[in-house]
Amino acid sequence: MRLNDAVFGILLIVFAIAEIAYTRTFPSLHGQAYGPDLFPIIIGVGFLITGAILTVQGLAQRAAQPLLDLGPWADDRRNVVSFALVLLALLFYILASDWLGFVLTAFIIMVVLLKSFGSGLITAVVVAALTTLGVQALFARVLLVPLPWGLLQPVAW
Amino acid sequence: MDVVLQAIGLVLDPYVLAVMLGAALFGLFVGAIPGLTATMATALLVPVTFFMDPVPAIAAIVTATAMAIFAGDIPGALLRIPGTPASAAYCDESYAMTAQGKAELALGTCLVTSVIGGLMGSVVLAVTARALAEVAIQFSSFEYFWLACLGLSCAVIISTGSTLKGFVSLLIGLFIATIGIDITAGYPRFTFGSVELMGGVSFIPAMIGMFAVSEVLRYVASTHERKPLTQQRIGNPFRGLGPVLRRYKLNILRGGVLGTAIGILPGAGADIAAWISYAVSKRFSKEPEKFGTGHVEGLVDAGAANNAGLSGAWVPALVFGIPGDSITAIVIGVLYMKGMNPGPTVFLAQPELIYAVFVAFFVANLALVPLGFMTIRLSRQILHVPRRVLMPIILLFCIVGSFAINNTVFGVTVMLVLGVMAYLMEENGFPVAPTILGIVLGPMLEDNFMSSMIKADGNLLGFFSRPIAAGLGIVLILIWLVPLLGMLRGRRPAPAE
Repeated sequence: MRLNDAVFGILLIVFAIAEIAYTRTFPSLHGQAYGPDLFPIIIGVGFLITGAILTVQGLAQRAAQPLLDLGPWADDRRNVVSFALVLLALLFYILASDWLGFVLTAFIIMVVLLKSFGSGLITAVVVAALTTLGVQALFARVLLVPLPWGLLQPVAW
Repeated sequence: MDVVLQAIGLVLDPYVLAVMLGAALFGLFVGAIPGLTATMATALLVPVTFFMDPVPAIAAIVTATAMAIFAGDIPGALLRIPGTPASAAYCDESYAMTAQGKAELALGTCLVTSVIGGLMGSVVLAVTARALAEVAIQFSSFEYFWLACLGLSCAVIISTGSTLKGFVSLLIGLFIATIGIDITAGYPRFTFGSVELMGGVSFIPAMIGMFAVSEVLRYVASTHERKPLTQQRIGNPFRGLGPVLRRYKLNILRGGVLGTAIGILPGAGADIAAWISYAVSKRFSKEPEKFGTGHVEGLVDAGAANNAGLSGAWVPALVFGIPGDSITAIVIGVLYMKGMNPGPTVFLAQPELIYAVFVAFFVANLALVPLGFMTIRLSRQILHVPRRVLMPIILLFCIVGSFAINNTVFGVTVMLVLGVMAYLMEENGFPVAPTILGIVLGPMLEDNFMSSMIKADGNLLGFFSRPIAAGLGIVLILIWLVPLLGMLRGRRPAPAE
């Protein structure tokens, strides 16, 4: 997924302006010209300068480099779906793991991803179950990480 | 001497050795699978080592990376796909050898030169680190400020691709480092009221996102075609190796020395060491016309260089707390979390731990001989492990690893955001290594800058008031002036076209 440099340049400039404006709310240290806002401002100025150069370079290459070029992989629907599924799987874990619990969430994510990457249903279910239980054993039992049980709390092992 | 014996005792403990063996098998496997890098091996190991004592934790990382850098040569030779970026420099050459039926010789050469290069780098590390630490102990915040600047500048200038994009990448890292409670005034910056962000962007989830999740995304967003193995049976890789090693012994030495030196430079690691060594080998070869046609000479140089570079990168990391490459950047983050702040004081306070790192390097490189041999024999099986099954498993490890550090799902959010960011950056030619260096060095840079400013009462000339500081400052200014002048000179004729 390639974007024209100018897109990044403009993004950096907008971000830098917002960032520098926000540092104005930082308190200044008593009797000192430099406080917690100094470093963020230096970084912001750096973003402004590099952003400007990238914008100019990107506009100059506009003919050769379109604003957005998805690349050959995007022609295949299945690739696009898999890409979206990876991101959705992570979002799903963030939102649901507390309620569903680690074992169920991880199992669902694994089956869906294995299936969409091209494994058969039985392979997907078996690999998902083994990995989920293995990871659960390693992290929760051996390393004592409090992975959430969620819905499975009553049968927690 | 007492300390050395103590260190040997620390490493030769059965538990530590078992951890190292596990890490070695993991590193060999990850390195041999195309698309999974040595940095990714480190990123996936860290959540597990987080729960260990410092010695097994560091030994695990040392072993896994040394193995992964060698194992990256295997798919390079058999499939013409480098297993890690450090093998990319010579994978055409080794594949050409395989096409001539000399896969065993190519892999055997890579293995033995890797071991020798790794041992050479370890010797340099053990000898120079102590001596440098004695100099470094006298450094004040002025010197550390300049050193941090030097490290970051090298990362930008040496990094692959455009210097401008490397600089943007560095700024992104420095910005991420400013998030959270600021060191001098204790004011929460860019947290927008989030309690989770008060302590800053958590380092391990950030790094798992940048080096592991981004790889999974790249795998999904690529068109996969399977390449058939050209040579089905892999015989004894040590057969016929003697004459090659005798003939090119000076190349091994040159590769090892060059690799270590490049590794020591902040920001340049094993992959750049391999590219430069291969180029040097071709330039000074008596038969440069044979390069690229399946000639073993370049493999000797570059194979030694990338493993030497790996050890070299630990020199600035242990002595100054300035990472030599993205792997040591992760290591520094781990050391800080273990309360073992890298820098010259570690050599005084816990010398046995530092020596244990050296011992681990020697043990790991020696263990590479039998384990590497075994991996070469098993390479056909390893290369047949389907990546469509591996990638979801890796993603699950990423999730749990990010969660485990602070036991909050916020870590997974950090991982997701930085993973997508790193994927977009790499796709568009922004190198990721400067970002991770910025995240690690940002607090050190700002802290030393602010305390220097307070000491010098706001006078910028104070940064040049001590001889070493002044020297470092001038070197830094020169480093930046040279490419800028080059850019100006290079740009002038452009409009005439």
